[in-house]
Amino acid sequence: MTTWTVATALLSHWRRRPLQFGALLSGLALATALWSGVQAINAEARASYTRAAVVLDQNGLANLVSSNGSSVPQSAFVRLRRAGWNVSPVVEGDYRFGTTRLRVIGIEPLTMPAEAQTIDLGNAGDLLSFISPPGTLVVSAGTAEKIRGQTDLALRVSDRMLDGAAFVDIGLAQRLLRRDGELSRIVVAENQRSGLEPLEKLVPTLSVREPNAETDVEHLTESFHLNLTAFGLLAFAVGLFIVYSTIGLAFEQRRPTFRTLRCLGVSLRVLAVLLLAELVLFALAAGAVGVAIGYLVASLLLPGVAATLEGLYGASVPGTLSLRPEWWVSGFAIAVAGTLVSSAQSLLRLTRVPLLAAAQPQTWGRSWQAGRRFQVLAAAALLALSGALLLWAEGLEAGFGVLGCLLLGASLLLPTVLSGFLTVMQRTSSRALVTWFWADARQQLPGLSLALMALLLALAANVGVGTMVSSFRLTFVGWLDQRLAAELYVAARNEGEADRLRTWLATKVESVLPISSVDAEIRGQPMQIFGVVDDPTYRKHWPLIVGLPDVWDRVASGQGVLVNEQFWRRDRLRIGDQLDLASDWKSTVVGVYSDYGNPKGQVIAGINALTSRYPQVSRLRYGLRIQPDQVADLRSRLSDEFGLPPDNVVDQAALKEQSRRIFDRTFLVTGALNIFTLGVAALAMFSSLLTLSEMRLPQLAPVWAMGITRRDLALLELLRTLVLWLVTFIAALPLGLALAWVLLAVVNVEAFGWRLPMHIFPYEWVRLGLVVLAAAVVSVFIPLRRLAGLAPSDLLKVFANER
Amino acid sequence: MSVRSIAFALAVMTMASLSGSQAASEGFAGLGSAAEGFSVPQPGLLFRFPADHGPHPDFRIEWWYLTANLEAPDGTRYGAQWTLFRSALAPREASGWSSPQLWMGHAAVTTSGDHFVAERISRGGVGQAGVVAEPFSAWIDDWQMKGLAAPGSDQLADLNVTAAAKDFGYELRLSATGPLVPHGDNGYSVKSAKGQASYYYSQPFYAVTGSLALPTGNVAVTGKAWLDREWSSQPLAEDQTGWDWFSLHLDTGEKLMGFRLRDAGEGFTSATWITAEGRPEPLPAGALQIVPVRTAKVAGRRIPVAWNVRIPSRGFDVTTTPLNDQAWMSTSTPYWEGPISFGGNVGGRGYLEMTGY
Repeated sequence: MTTWTVATALLSHWRRRPLQFGALLSGLALATALWSGVQAINAEARASYTRAAVVLDQNGLANLVSSNGSSVPQSAFVRLRRAGWNVSPVVEGDYRFGTTRLRVIGIEPLTMPAEAQTIDLGNAGDLLSFISPPGTLVVSAGTAEKIRGQTDLALRVSDRMLDGAAFVDIGLAQRLLRRDGELSRIVVAENQRSGLEPLEKLVPTLSVREPNAETDVEHLTESFHLNLTAFGLLAFAVGLFIVYSTIGLAFEQRRPTFRTLRCLGVSLRVLAVLLLAELVLFALAAGAVGVAIGYLVASLLLPGVAATLEGLYGASVPGTLSLRPEWWVSGFAIAVAGTLVSSAQSLLRLTRVPLLAAAQPQTWGRSWQAGRRFQVLAAAALLALSGALLLWAEGLEAGFGVLGCLLLGASLLLPTVLSGFLTVMQRTSSRALVTWFWADARQQLPGLSLALMALLLALAANVGVGTMVSSFRLTFVGWLDQRLAAELYVAARNEGEADRLRTWLATKVESVLPISSVDAEIRGQPMQIFGVVDDPTYRKHWPLIVGLPDVWDRVASGQGVLVNEQFWRRDRLRIGDQLDLASDWKSTVVGVYSDYGNPKGQVIAGINALTSRYPQVSRLRYGLRIQPDQVADLRSRLSDEFGLPPDNVVDQAALKEQSRRIFDRTFLVTGALNIFTLGVAALAMFSSLLTLSEMRLPQLAPVWAMGITRRDLALLELLRTLVLWLVTFIAALPLGLALAWVLLAVVNVEAFGWRLPMHIFPYEWVRLGLVVLAAAVVSVFIPLRRLAGLAPSDLLKVFANER
Repeated sequence: MSVRSIAFALAVMTMASLSGSQAASEGFAGLGSAAEGFSVPQPGLLFRFPADHGPHPDFRIEWWYLTANLEAPDGTRYGAQWTLFRSALAPREASGWSSPQLWMGHAAVTTSGDHFVAERISRGGVGQAGVVAEPFSAWIDDWQMKGLAAPGSDQLADLNVTAAAKDFGYELRLSATGPLVPHGDNGYSVKSAKGQASYYYSQPFYAVTGSLALPTGNVAVTGKAWLDREWSSQPLAEDQTGWDWFSLHLDTGEKLMGFRLRDAGEGFTSATWITAEGRPEPLPAGALQIVPVRTAKVAGRRIPVAWNVRIPSRGFDVTTTPLNDQAWMSTSTPYWEGPISFGGNVGGRGYLEMTGY
């Protein structure tokens, strides 16, 4: 008998069970798709951070930054050069060109080390015009499009440039950013001559930031990507449940075939190799489909992710995906690895079970029973570990560890809980048919438990993430109402216009709240310091978390400052702590406010305190308090009187709407992944039920023979499935809430720096329950129809032979 | 963007006089033609010191150019160069990065077997590079030419000169044994038959002590040095392609500065004979005659490295020999600059600079 004939015999199994085959391939493909889709998004985002870091931040080189967070004096650069150090100055900050906010990076091309010069500034003449007034902005094509007409400066498009940033000459940057004589950092070239005086002696107030250190954006977005990765992993795990159960069943069902082949003289080795080859072949095929779907998923989600990253972190990520070979390879690798892991047990058993052992699915079931004690032990250990991590560990990884252990432990516990429940039900029932119903359900449990575990995971994730997002949204909307208290927000185009605007507005509105801020580095982190006037608006509305009773008096008098929650938590600040805000400015923390959606730390000081330290601070933007019914009128008068473009006058409602849109977009990806995961779980359930229904004839035939009609049998089957779904769903609720709590109180705090109150949304559960019910009915439909339409002769055959 | 290209831009402007008509024919910054708001040298001006040791931002280009012929105690000969160029994008000065003044430094050490070169480029206005007339100081990064003379006395009489790069460095102490010497008509030095000119004076009487830091170790040296000060806005005529410039310390204590600006024809030569007491005797155009006697392959081109230098009216006739044929300045705009010795009816040492090859 040729190997080919053996292979054909083995493969014929799939021809006879196309649905099972479909379930295997689609399970594997979906698992691969979600995993590789998430990987693709992460890879794209990370690549663009790296590019940004290398291009914009000269991140491949060491940088000197201020140790105490203030700006670097230009004199430090001159001192270093005159001591022979090959260094180059950089000043950077945000600047608005019309309504477009750009990160302006001021560089000095003559001293910038060659290895850091990643953008082509053109020929010698272009270079001279770059450093000569009025100056040149080097921007991406997209950015050039946005700011054309908004500035008198010459634009030069470079295809290596990233969106949202502009290279300008350092002199121009200092002028635009009002930072004369100040630098953000000093780039240190690799190439230095020997015998130089050490840096710490020359510039003791500066510290070295090593090359390729993690950039701000990378640090900030880390949590976001970890989030995505966790979701991808969850989906992949759920997908592997399908693969595992399908392969397990297929091996069991083919046991008679294996026996026959072995009796015909096929060696165990040939058989094992053929089965292995079959699996790898399937894995590659499904992997290819999965990677393709993953690419599709990623390109559908990437614009949303890019928008989120831009909105939330100011990170520029292109909305289009590029195909990366490493990503293709990793997609295939994970498909094959996943398949092999899921089938290892079945392959091992093939070599162990005696050749002529009865080919019963019970073999499989019984071994599962034996492993249950181990499962319970493992579940207990995982839950304990989860609790321990929660109590004693710190960091985002620990937060996800808590989540992972909790989910895995709970799902391992599920079969035991279900089994216990069914045993109790069986014991309490007296009618024979009802007793049989529960006992049979228990007998079915081994085959279904993996699918039910997958379902539990998907449901719990859905409840948990749903609760988290809804709680967040509720808190966020309430917070927006407090935070955006002014009715109208107006931005002048220059200081002269701002002066006229202030005078003009003085008599027309209840109060004018200047929105002035400077970029600063406090405790080594980039932050903004806002200045506020003493106004009832703040006293009444500002969302304080904790604060001294006279917090606003202290802020107004310049004695104290407020910090936002993320800064407060990240640096474990306490009320009364001293902060170095600038080299000559220390103040005390007197209160903490919530500041959702802002990845960075923030400080609020009295406007007088701010302007006395930063006299050149921009005073272009204002919040206006007026009666709500006068908003439209004032708006049109502003545009008539000052010719302000519509974008420069924004009312509260529009601003809130915009904030909500950003918020919703942020969780769009989460929602999409959630639905995918649920879909995979439903597929797992469907494939399990489908394969089980074929094996259940030996159990059903005696009951049928005792006089229960096929219709009643089908109804009982439906009922049984629904009961299992329901119990799983109920079990998923507390697990989901626990998940939500961990997300809100642990992961969010680590990832974003804010802690949110948890709200419960029972209506969402009802909706989820209905969706799940519908999925259950659909998944049981095909097996049921098959059962109801089963020919009596098929049922009789059960008694005639050993299947 | 590359440093090389901006350095090139700067070099083309600054060294227009060195690289000749390549720049002019490209019409770069209008050199050689009308001076776009920049001041133009006029005859009849008298130098005012110490102010004229400092920069003249309303002129387009300017340099502080030091060459030294040095010798170790064992007789080994060396050459050293320290140059600071100023180049203005606009005829004004401003503080901060808005200064239109650009600076470029060249330093070199020549041995018989090696030629070490380094270049520095800097913006003006922030203190990274510049020149102060009194107390005299010229610097770019950590390279410095610092006056040690007391206020009120000749600020260039005593100098400390340092430069350091990855593979070499030096520190030289210079003491003038003679006066400052104006070239041409009291410092108005004509550069072409069409009247292009610069302001030009020298201090050719430095006695030098110091040390060179070379890859093989430090070497104590003594010798002679020559400082050139020159500024202008349109130093070259359009058809001039480069120049050959000599500064010679004669064994008699006399000095000779002579150059030829090359063009399609005979070229334009000019020279100043300086007596041992430091009295300049400007020689008329054409009085100096130079003829190459040997060429060498340098940086992929043939360059005349040995010359016959004659001033028939004075019976001066010598042949120069370079210490190192390969004294090639591989800077943004490359040129040849190295120590020479000469013999004939009088011996001595000096420096040769050749551009536009």
